Amino acid sequence: MGETLRIYLQLIGAQGRAQASYRVSFWLDLAGNAIVVGADLLTVLVIYTQVPKLGGFGVAQTLVFFGLALAAFSLADLFVGNIERMKTYVRMGTLDGVLVRPLGVLPQLLAMDVGFRRLGRVAYALVIFAVSLSYADIPWTPSRVVLAVVAPLSGAVFFCAYFVATATVAFWWVESGELANALTYGGRDFTSYPITVYSGWFRKLFAFGLGFGFVAYYPGLALLGIPDPLGFPSWLGWGSVLVALIAVMVAATIWRTGVRHYRSTGS
Amino acid sequence: MGLVTATVDRLTFRNFTELASLTGAIAASGFRRFSTYRQATVASLVTNTMFGFLRTYVMLAIVGTAGATLAGYTGAQLAGYVWVGQGLLGVVLLWGWNDLAERIRSGDVVTDLMRPIHPVLSYLSADLGRAAYAMMFRFLPPIVVGALVFQIYLPKDLVTYPLFLISVLLAVIVCFACRYLVNASAFWLLDHRGVTMFWLFTSGIMGGLYFPVHFLPDWAVALLWFGTPGPSLLQAPMDIFVERDGVAIRVGLIGIQLFWAVLLLWVCTVVQRRAERKMVIQGG
Repeated sequence: MGETLRIYLQLIGAQGRAQASYRVSFWLDLAGNAIVVGADLLTVLVIYTQVPKLGGFGVAQTLVFFGLALAAFSLADLFVGNIERMKTYVRMGTLDGVLVRPLGVLPQLLAMDVGFRRLGRVAYALVIFAVSLSYADIPWTPSRVVLAVVAPLSGAVFFCAYFVATATVAFWWVESGELANALTYGGRDFTSYPITVYSGWFRKLFAFGLGFGFVAYYPGLALLGIPDPLGFPSWLGWGSVLVALIAVMVAATIWRTGVRHYRSTGS
Repeated sequence: MGLVTATVDRLTFRNFTELASLTGAIAASGFRRFSTYRQATVASLVTNTMFGFLRTYVMLAIVGTAGATLAGYTGAQLAGYVWVGQGLLGVVLLWGWNDLAERIRSGDVVTDLMRPIHPVLSYLSADLGRAAYAMMFRFLPPIVVGALVFQIYLPKDLVTYPLFLISVLLAVIVCFACRYLVNASAFWLLDHRGVTMFWLFTSGIMGGLYFPVHFLPDWAVALLWFGTPGPSLLQAPMDIFVERDGVAIRVGLIGIQLFWAVLLLWVCTVVQRRAERKMVIQGG
């Protein structure tokens, strides 16, 4: 176990040194990554110049959901975001090489291209989350402090599961292109706004069926101490941990099925 | 010391027919190339549709709070704006085109220079062919989904349809020119990622993809329309489709797009000439 861990750490360390050696590129990437995310924040702020409330929530409250969603997503993106390149690994045959080595398939793929450049996004997201918490007049209690730490982490685990599960599509469908984005980036956008904005089957499917409501909305409500306009109890905020665990189990099953059915591209 | 030009002499076309048939052939090849990426097209459609749903709900929530109209749009018009935007995203191809930059990095661009047709014209023709394909398979499906699920505004005036098509054509040209310039920065920078990120950030915001530019204060709207090519990329065809303004203003929007298309294509040729003069093909 200790030996395996040491190998992974070496692989990741080598990645970091390699990326940092292109200094200008690295810093540009780091800064640029933080700026690109700014478009979403600007969108929220511009929308609130038009209306005082959206889905029943003011700008300070929506920013808590937004910050929480962004923090969870960027953490997940930092650790497993490069699984997006799954289709390249399948097409180029890189995966065949990974399969014959005596280490786990998924950890190897993740260690192949760690996104240190995405650290900029994580820092930016955490700052937004922290600022949004301080603006939102939260009635702090010990349990809320714990939730403020646990919620982004379990949200991150949840998004990690989605990254892995959707990347598995590439086993069957090599040219899946940006299909996974619909659930990963789409899921992030869904959970950046209060779910009262959506309605009908769309809200039921994404908030409850696929679990995105538990990334930011319910933990956010519990932090803010606001009762749910949809009538659900406030302890659902802690449900994010459970939902993340379920997502991980489902993703692991999908991933294992995918690896078992993998046939090389044959070229 | 005499100057050695990097390029071969370009054909002087004897007549317009010859030029048209050449560019037509390149455009047809662009059309065929993208018609083979079927899986990728389906994947993009799913993603565009997902974001269409998300943005429509947010827009409808805004109108629901604000009252009957907002920034000159009704709810149905804002829903139409969202779905037209999602459809056009793949037509004007805002993101994900780095063919030229990759060719500059690898040095393959040298073969483009040896062809007897101006590189800007050649890339533009191929891009128009691609856009024609995208108009059928990337634009129409999201509109149909949007119209089935939501109440979206469809044009009432017959004249809107030709105006919309002209506006889309100009939007493709303006977007192509911007992409060409972003890519051509690789002639000087080799690593064009910084410029690409700047483009990613600004094009979506200034093009009106995330929110209509009319949500901004009046001075900013005027500055964007007249001072930047941004709204000519998406906002103009979107506003024309949902008939936000009267016919005269719709024609005026096309005028603005035409101005940016001509100006930016001219800048492309100037940049191309400069690049050819300073270029050193890397490698052995």
